[in-house]
Amino acid sequence: MDPEKLITILTSRLGIAVQSMDAMKNDDLMIVVDKKHLITAAGTLKNDPALGFSTLMNHLGVDYGDSMAVIYNLYSPALKQKVTVKVYLDRDNPEVPSLERAFRGIDWFERETYDLFGIRFIGHGNLKRLLLPEDWDGHPLRKDYVYPALYNGIETARIDMMNETDEAGEPHV
Amino acid sequence: MYSAANKLYEILNQHLGAYGVPETVITIAAYVVPCVLVLGLISTIAGMLTYAERKISADIQNRVGPNRVGPFGLLQFPVDGVKLLFKEDIIPDAADKKLFKLAPYLVFTATVLASLVIPFGGSFIVADLNIGLIFIIVVSSLLVVGFLMSGWASNNKWALLGGIRSAAQIISYEIPTALTLLTVVLITGTFSLQEIVKAQGPYPWQWFVFYNPFMMVAFIIFFISSLAEMNRTPFDFPEAESELVSGYNVEYSGMRFALFFAAEFSNIFITASLATAVFLGGGNIGMDPYSSGLGFQLLMVAVFFAKAIPLCFVTIWVRWTLPRLRIDQMMSMCWKYFIPISFVCLVLTAAWMLAFDGNGIFWRMPKT
Amino acid sequence: MSKYSSQEMVLNMGPHHPSTHGVLRFILQTDGEMMVKAVPDVGFLHRGIEKIAEKLPWQGFMPYTDRVDYVASVNCNLGYAVAVEKLADIAVPEKAEYLRVIAAELSRIGSHFIGFGALLLDLGAVTPFVHALRERETFNDLMEMLCGARLTHNYVRIGGVSQDLPQGFKTKCRNFVDHLEHEFIDEFNDLISYNTILINRLANVGVITAEEANEYTLTGPNLRGSGVKFDLRKDEPYGIYDRFDFDVPVGTGKYGVPGDCYDRYWIRIEEVVQSCRIIRQALYGLPGSGEIRTRLAKPFTVPAGEIYVRTESPRGELGYYLISDGGKNPFRLKIRTGSFSSMTIIEHLSQGVMVADLVAIIGSLDVVAPEIDR
Repeated sequence: MDPEKLITILTSRLGIAVQSMDAMKNDDLMIVVDKKHLITAAGTLKNDPALGFSTLMNHLGVDYGDSMAVIYNLYSPALKQKVTVKVYLDRDNPEVPSLERAFRGIDWFERETYDLFGIRFIGHGNLKRLLLPEDWDGHPLRKDYVYPALYNGIETARIDMMNETDEAGEPHV
Repeated sequence: MYSAANKLYEILNQHLGAYGVPETVITIAAYVVPCVLVLGLISTIAGMLTYAERKISADIQNRVGPNRVGPFGLLQFPVDGVKLLFKEDIIPDAADKKLFKLAPYLVFTATVLASLVIPFGGSFIVADLNIGLIFIIVVSSLLVVGFLMSGWASNNKWALLGGIRSAAQIISYEIPTALTLLTVVLITGTFSLQEIVKAQGPYPWQWFVFYNPFMMVAFIIFFISSLAEMNRTPFDFPEAESELVSGYNVEYSGMRFALFFAAEFSNIFITASLATAVFLGGGNIGMDPYSSGLGFQLLMVAVFFAKAIPLCFVTIWVRWTLPRLRIDQMMSMCWKYFIPISFVCLVLTAAWMLAFDGNGIFWRMPKT
Repeated sequence: MSKYSSQEMVLNMGPHHPSTHGVLRFILQTDGEMMVKAVPDVGFLHRGIEKIAEKLPWQGFMPYTDRVDYVASVNCNLGYAVAVEKLADIAVPEKAEYLRVIAAELSRIGSHFIGFGALLLDLGAVTPFVHALRERETFNDLMEMLCGARLTHNYVRIGGVSQDLPQGFKTKCRNFVDHLEHEFIDEFNDLISYNTILINRLANVGVITAEEANEYTLTGPNLRGSGVKFDLRKDEPYGIYDRFDFDVPVGTGKYGVPGDCYDRYWIRIEEVVQSCRIIRQALYGLPGSGEIRTRLAKPFTVPAGEIYVRTESPRGELGYYLISDGGKNPFRLKIRTGSFSSMTIIEHLSQGVMVADLVAIIGSLDVVAPEIDR
């Protein structure tokens, strides 16, 4: 769809929820939405008959260094159009409402984002770690993540056999 | 009632009695030797069937199968047996040790006991009990006890599930098995397997399977139900690999596992022999089995095996061709289809006998 | 009110189990034979690929994409290459495009063999699985001729492919494709696909309606099995897929209702035939000479921006969300795989089915663990 036309329709339908709208490569459109208006915006995108962005393609979290964001990739089979919704989050307390009620399949995507970034999804029914063990410390995909030296008392780093020496001062090899 | 023990007792008495060998020794030898021989025979046949299964399955799957150990891989099964003997005997800590150890013996005993009445042709039968057929049906129920025992004693939820499913399956499928075997008893009037074999003739149209169309149906139902009895695909749900990882024998290792395995394969052979003896006239070449010369008796044995081995082959073939039935489909097939059909075969065969004076399409009732 | 009540049993299925779906664990709550719920527990194969990507140069990440789905590596390579090329506006030579299509469709065929083969293996039919593996051996040989590897091919590069066609590849490939389409698939279907036992196990089991499939973001053959005609090669073509003529098989309830396990199984068999058609057309249209790779700048950087590109892998939609800050490494790389969404629906489908049906459902959804965990 013509990006200008799409921007016009979306601006008219979404109104104040949108902070900015830019064309993206690969026939995509980046909509930055305010956290407070995320649920209404998502509802409008999904249910509005002129839009119909009912398919969730992808969801991910990003750590930009100074802020975090969650990104939703939506697709409208009627318009054959993709759209990307981004919500910037505060890095110290990243929280965002969960879209589980609108898009049921986002369940595990949000759990993964919580697991890897620590972004809390308010209203998610089962926000537990998905990929990492339940008792893991930290959120790995954050830019300031430091890999723990011990996990349940087990050392996590491999011995550098060629360069390091063991406790008695002898080389390993 | 003929029994190999009696015959052996006579022979030994004849030859050794003169040398002053005490009576008890001869008696014990006469009873023990045939049993040991049959135990050895059944175990060897079970082993050869494992080799046959691997080779046949390889052929069906476009592979080669065992071909390294011995010529054409023929030594694979003794070597496997020896390997299993050397394996560590692991018994789970929380398992019920007595039942855990007892279960494989029960299962193996069931199949070996059944082999006591199989007529291998000629006078080679350990004991021609006059309730032979009923004896086999009864003794194979020991399998159920063994499976339940192993499932429970393993202290493993999956083994328990497997054992229970196995028990339910075997108990259900015993009914069509027994009913279809009973149709033959209607014709011969005796349960003795040697008599049933003698009543048939050497030519194919004189076998009981062609007695009337219902007997053919009965034979097919017997064969399929016995596949279920043996827990073979398409009925091997209790040991479905991808679901239960081997079911009731998942905690067994080494020789105990080997016993379960040997029991399953010797069961294949026992069932095939039973089907041959009852439906296909196993070992009958038109001569009296007890009074013929040794050459003819060996010929009868060869004929018997020539009929039993293709049935074993079909069992193995079916396993590698068909997928597995779900447990509820299996049960519904047994109770809703096989049992009514077996009853119908039984009743209609009885009606046929009334209508035709006991004569089949080609088979004639002997005049007494 | 019933006088009897039964206790629920909690069983553990996996992570070691003789199924080829990978390291998956399910915690089953069963009431006898019927299941109350099956909760998947994933993460055994989590290797942190997305984090690793942030430390590697753009081209250096290509071998890692093999391991995202090692059964169909070329498709994963292709997705990544297309995503980077679209973000960096790199043109791919004509010959390389054709080679990519041939390799990707061969990989799709190989992956579908494992897909429906594993389902049949779980259901107890061992022989068809071995036959499918036998055909996959030819695919392995072809890929070995092409790129030197049998499993993790690492064939596609950013800007093209890595190797040109060797001598004898075209003939061997054409023979393989002809053998598949005209001999093997018919023989395979006669052996197992029309078997009553298989139909009873798969038809009317694990029915996913089109609405449910859209809700749970199912993609690929699983979505098409529910009757939704959506194939990224036709609806959002990438590369030169719009030049080829092929059908998109859709589940029609062949022996049961649309969206049951049999439909998802049957669609994969049909897709093998369609991939054979594409390969034949690609071999015919392959230019005899030409560059196979666009030279990239040294050091290779991608202009800043964000992009989401999705391609059709055998297991569904393989999407790469790339964020570049203009540097030598990806700033953020998210891989969205088809098996990830397929796993989310298993908990929903597992309520009130038997354990045997759960195995059929998991097999028909064709999940592989590395795709879920990355």
